[in-house]
Amino acid sequence: MNSLILHTASRLLHPLLLLYAVYLLFSGHNVPGGGFCAGLIGAASFALHTFAHDVPSARKLLRADPHTLIGTGLLFAMGSALLSAFRGQAFMTGLWGGFDLSGLGHVSVGTPVIFDTGVFLVVLGVTLLIIFTLSES
Amino acid sequence: MLSLLPVLPIVIPLLSGAISLLFWRSLWIQRWIGVGGTGLLLLSTLRLLSEVERTGILSVQIGGWAAPVGITIVADLFSAIMAVLAGIIGFCVAVYSWYGVDERRQSYGYFVFLHVLLMGVCGSFLTGDIFNMYVWFEVMLMASFVLVALGGTPMQMEGAFKYVTLNLVSSALFLAGIGILYGVVGTLNMADLSVKLAQTADPGLVTTLSMFFLIAFGIKAAMFPLFFWLPSSYHTPPPAVSAVFAGLLTKVGVYALIRVFTLIFVQDVVYTHNLILIMSGLTMLCGVLGAAAQFEFRRVLSFHIVSQIGYMTMGLGLNSRLSLTASVFYITHHIIVKTNLFLVSGVIQKMRGTGDLKKLGGLYKTHPSLSVLFLIPAMSLAGLPPLSGFFAKLGLVIAGLRLEQYCIVATALFVSLLTLFSMTKLWAEAFWKPRPDVAEGEDEPRSDDEPMCLTMILPILVLALITLTIGIGAETFFNLADRAAGQLMDPTEYIEAVMRTRS
Amino acid sequence: MNLLLAIVIGALYSAGFYLILRRSIVKLIIGLSFLSHASNLLVFAAGGLTRGRAPLVPPGSLAPVPPYADPLPQALVLTAIVISFGVTAFALALVNRTYQTTGQEDIDELRRTEC
Repeated sequence: MNSLILHTASRLLHPLLLLYAVYLLFSGHNVPGGGFCAGLIGAASFALHTFAHDVPSARKLLRADPHTLIGTGLLFAMGSALLSAFRGQAFMTGLWGGFDLSGLGHVSVGTPVIFDTGVFLVVLGVTLLIIFTLSES
Repeated sequence: MLSLLPVLPIVIPLLSGAISLLFWRSLWIQRWIGVGGTGLLLLSTLRLLSEVERTGILSVQIGGWAAPVGITIVADLFSAIMAVLAGIIGFCVAVYSWYGVDERRQSYGYFVFLHVLLMGVCGSFLTGDIFNMYVWFEVMLMASFVLVALGGTPMQMEGAFKYVTLNLVSSALFLAGIGILYGVVGTLNMADLSVKLAQTADPGLVTTLSMFFLIAFGIKAAMFPLFFWLPSSYHTPPPAVSAVFAGLLTKVGVYALIRVFTLIFVQDVVYTHNLILIMSGLTMLCGVLGAAAQFEFRRVLSFHIVSQIGYMTMGLGLNSRLSLTASVFYITHHIIVKTNLFLVSGVIQKMRGTGDLKKLGGLYKTHPSLSVLFLIPAMSLAGLPPLSGFFAKLGLVIAGLRLEQYCIVATALFVSLLTLFSMTKLWAEAFWKPRPDVAEGEDEPRSDDEPMCLTMILPILVLALITLTIGIGAETFFNLADRAAGQLMDPTEYIEAVMRTRS
Repeated sequence: MNLLLAIVIGALYSAGFYLILRRSIVKLIIGLSFLSHASNLLVFAAGGLTRGRAPLVPPGSLAPVPPYADPLPQALVLTAIVISFGVTAFALALVNRTYQTTGQEDIDELRRTEC
């Protein structure tokens, strides 16, 4: 599609959407959000680019192959699930740790975050794979 | 690591699939992961079976959330046996697919979807939560949708179309059933459902509800009157794919039926199980009569899947310990044998370029060893002693006679005879009769057969040996099946294993 | 509210089955997604409807104050929606490919696999 408005809008919106996706991903544990909707919004930003330009340029913008994204995401999710098993707890139990950031407060890090990152990557990869394949055919 | 054992059959295919995705461009690595991953899966399921056999039912509370709230993965003997079968079929088909599936399909991610399919199958076998089972069904279905359509020939697209439609309708019914079940009982854990449903005041509602599940699983298992999608789709994808489907997918439906109708819906056995029995009889008859009218190798075999499903559900319908034993034994025998027959059909198709019985012939003369490898599973399917199918049918017949269900026993024996006829037809047309010189409508058949390759023959040989072993060592397998049936008939141990707080 | 939902679910089911029985492949897909929507709504409604009582734990206590809306059916429906999203996307791609390779839009003409 060759529309100047869409071109400009996608250039402006793409980083904003991605930023929003990352925000949703990390805030997802305690407030609405999480890996799934973050992945969808991330995919939406690339989909917008695809509609404004074309599939090859969107692929170039994404850099990684969607298949690799899905594979990595699955490994992330499974890795987070297996960590607890190696620690002697039930499969997929959430493990939490954390550290103090001087002056800024306490940061807790846990396996659910890794799991959500995996979900994010899988959803991003799958959605983009569907969109790319359908618009290429 | 013991706590991880019941989830390994789910984790291993997922990891293999994920790693294969990372090497999307390299077929070589994907093949090796295909063989290696399924091999590991087989080993883990064997370990699981031996552990369950030794120590009793194993369960894992996922995420450490105790039973009625969290999802439980639970492996009783029946689940473990099914998982082992999934491992065997997965491994054999992965080896077979190395050359048995063309490179174009492999480059579209054939092996990835094979792993995902196995994950869904094992997940359905091992889960103790009815909604979780729905999710695993969907995982398995998604992978099977892709596998059945992969390659995109017109025939395949038509087959895929029917397959997808019917399965989606079945999923929608399954989900609706789960929703109402939750509304009535307020729990989704199958063990908990079993306990709570036994106390409900309204058995009529529960029986109505059970029909949702009977129809949903009946479609997936290809029971009468809902089997039409199977013979019109199973012969379209490459033989390796049909072999996995024939071996595992419908049997997941049968597994779900047996699980649900022994654990959850046992309020009105006279009504529900008699209904299952009638459906079984009709399934057997329709399948075998359909097969008699076919003249394409894999279509004949597809109709036979339908008729064999009837035998498996017959054991459930009779609802005694012996009949369930026979059912479990039958499923074991059938998965091995049916996959093997489809693999043989694949070899023939690759050699001759056709599966049409009218164009085949003379294979006994050119390939006597392959003919023997066909004859073992074929005669086992028909139920000739001393092969595995004989003991499976014998068990069912004895169970039927003890319960004085003469009608279904007569049907089973009659269908068995027709199966023998059908297998003889395959033998006579494809192997025995002289090869037709000039096929109708073609210039000339190719004079040379394509050579057989070892990786395609080896899985067939292994499966044939397993069939022989099951037949010769029937007592061992029968005892195992008997213990599995014991756990099914009396779910106390299952419920205890699930409700145990410490995993 | 329950009655309204029941009517909507019934309407969706009947529309879905009606569309599945039509001969056009596009209508078939629309019918299938109607069926999955109907099932999702059914799960939601069967779990019981409670208005305006979010299942939130008030500060200082360990459980929400009853009566509260059951969060589980909503979680189930969410899962089912995600699944039906994937399945519908696949079914659309399949319809597209089927139309391209066979050139047929009429389900009754898709009978090559039958004989």
